[in-house]
Amino acid sequence: MIKETEIKPILQAQELAIGYADKIVAEEISVEINAAELVAVIGINGSGKSTLLKTLTGNLDPLSGKVSIQQKSLKDIAVQELSELISIVLTETHFSQNLSVEELVALGRQPYTNWLGQLSSEDKKAVQKALELLEITDKSQRKCGSLSDGQLQKVFLARAIAQETPLIFLDEPTTHLDLYHKIFVLQLLKKLTRKTKKAIVFATHEINLALQLCDQIILVNQGKIIQKTPEELIKSNLLQELFPKDLVEFDAASKSFRVL
Amino acid sequence: MQKTSLYLLSGLLLLLVLLMLNISLGSVTIPLKDILASFFNAEVEKGTWRYIILDYRLPKAITAVLVGSGLALSGLLMQTLFRNPLAGPYVLGLSSGASLGVAIVILGGAVFGGVFSTLFLSKFTLVIAASLGSILVLLAVLATSFRVKDTMALLIIGLMFASLTSAVVSVLSYFSPSESLQKYIFWSFGSLGNLAWQEVFILAIFWLTGVIISIFCIKNLNALLLGEKYAKSLGTNLKQNRILVILATGLLAGSITAFAGPIAFIGLAVPHLVRQVITKSNHLVLFPAVALGGAILMLICDSIAQLPGSNLTLPINAITSLIGAPVVIWLLVRKKKLYF
Repeated sequence: MIKETEIKPILQAQELAIGYADKIVAEEISVEINAAELVAVIGINGSGKSTLLKTLTGNLDPLSGKVSIQQKSLKDIAVQELSELISIVLTETHFSQNLSVEELVALGRQPYTNWLGQLSSEDKKAVQKALELLEITDKSQRKCGSLSDGQLQKVFLARAIAQETPLIFLDEPTTHLDLYHKIFVLQLLKKLTRKTKKAIVFATHEINLALQLCDQIILVNQGKIIQKTPEELIKSNLLQELFPKDLVEFDAASKSFRVL
Repeated sequence: MQKTSLYLLSGLLLLLVLLMLNISLGSVTIPLKDILASFFNAEVEKGTWRYIILDYRLPKAITAVLVGSGLALSGLLMQTLFRNPLAGPYVLGLSSGASLGVAIVILGGAVFGGVFSTLFLSKFTLVIAASLGSILVLLAVLATSFRVKDTMALLIIGLMFASLTSAVVSVLSYFSPSESLQKYIFWSFGSLGNLAWQEVFILAIFWLTGVIISIFCIKNLNALLLGEKYAKSLGTNLKQNRILVILATGLLAGSITAFAGPIAFIGLAVPHLVRQVITKSNHLVLFPAVALGGAILMLICDSIAQLPGSNLTLPINAITSLIGAPVVIWLLVRKKKLYF
C-alpha cells in the first residue's frame, strides 16, 4: 500500500491550458512531479515560466484541464490546506528587514500554529531543524536586513523547509548570485530532495547547470511545454531551437550552450 | 522572551508612575496623600480636591491612555498592512477623514439645519461620523494602494485626501456661524480633558472593540511581514484580514479623533520608538509594547501641555507634533532607514 502511494506523483497536470482571459500562453500540457525529484522549469524570457508556476501553485486558474496534488484537484483545496502542501520561495524583496532569521523561518510554521501564531515545542524543533539543514543556526538572531543575497536565499529556503510541505516551488532562486553560489544553491536543492524526499520545482535561466543537476526538466518554449529528463532533452533537438541561432548554439557533446 | 517580558513589565511600571504624575499635575497643587485618599474614598482635606481628582484629572488621564495606545496601535496596524514604515492614521489622511465627518456634523448642522442640528448635540453622533469619515478615507487609500505600490505615491495620495477634506471643511466653515466654527476649531486643537465619565466609557467601548478585532489579526499581520504572496501561501485569508484591519483602525482612529480631536504623530512615531527597544517583529510582542508606548508618550505630552505651575493648557495636537516630528527626523537621520 505504501509503495503504491510512493509511485504516484505528488503533482500531476493533464490536458492543461494556461494563460489569461485574453491570451493563451500554452496548451496541452502534461506535467508529473514525483517525490524526491529536483525539477527545473526553463525557457526564454516571457515564455510563460511564471504563468506555469502560478497555475501549478494555485495562484492562477487554468484555462482548461486540471492540476491535482496528491490525487486531489487543486480547485478543491482551500488556501489553508494548500499551505500544508506547497511552500514557495520568491524573488520578492519587499519584506520586513527587521525580522530576525529565526523569526522569518518560524513564520513557515503558521499553517500549524494556533490563532495567535504561538510556536509549540514541535514548531520550535522544526525551525531548528531547518536552520541546521541550511547551516545558518549561527545566524539565527541576525536581522534579515544585514544579510547578503546568498544568505537570504538560504533563510527563505529554510522557511520553506520549516513549512514541511511535500512540494517546494522556487522562482529563480539563483538570480543575483555569483557562479559559485548559484551552484551552491542548486546543489543544496538537490541534496534536500534526497534528504527530505520533498519534490522541488524551480524556474531558472541556468540551463547549463539545470541539465547537470536536475532529475527532470520542464521546457517552456513557444506555447509548448515539454517535460523530459536532461538526457532525453539533450538527445532531442529542442534545445538547439530554444534561442535564435545568430549568437548561441547548443553543443550536445558538452551538454552546454556555447557562444558562436 | 524573558528580556521582552522585563521590558513590558518596566513599561507598565513607568505607565503607572506617569499616571500618578499626570494626575498630581495641574493648576491646583494637591498633595499626593490627598490624591490617594480620594481614590480610596478616604477623608480629603478639601471637598473640591476630590472633585478635581475624580471628575477631571482621572478621566483625562484615562483618556490619554486610551488615545495614546489606540493611535499607536492603529499606526502599527497601518504600517504592517501597507508594509510601509511611514504609514500612520494621520499621515494617511485618516484623521482628516474623521475631521471631515466631525465638520459635517458640527458645521453642516449649522449650515443645513434640520435633521443635522438635532443630531449634532450628541457626542455619539460625532463618534459615528468621525469613524465613518476615517473608514471612508482608509478605503479610498487602500483602493489606490493596489494600483500604486510606490511608498511615496501612497503618502502623496494620503496628503491629497487630507487637502481634499480640508477644502470641504473650509467651504463648510465659510458658511458657518461663528459659534459652530469656534466649536470646530477648538475640537481641531485636540483635547484630552472635557470628557465626562460617560464619554470616557463610550470611548473605552470603541477602543476595546478595535483592540479585540486587531488581536484576531495578529497572526495574519505577522505573515504579512513577508508580503502578500507569502502570506497567502501560509494560508492567510488576505481579503478578510484587510477588512478586519481597516475596521479596527477605523474604529480606533475614528473614535479617538471624535473625542480628542485630530492628534498627530503618535501613530507614526510610537511603533518606531518601540522598535528601538523591542527587537522582535512578532506582533504578539509588539502589540502590548506599542500600546504601552503610546499611552506613556501621550501621558508625557499631556503633562507638558498642562504647563506645570501655570493655569494655561496648550493644545495637545501642537505638543504631539512638537515632540513627534523631531523624533521621526532623528530616527531617520540616525538609522538612515525605517523598517516596518
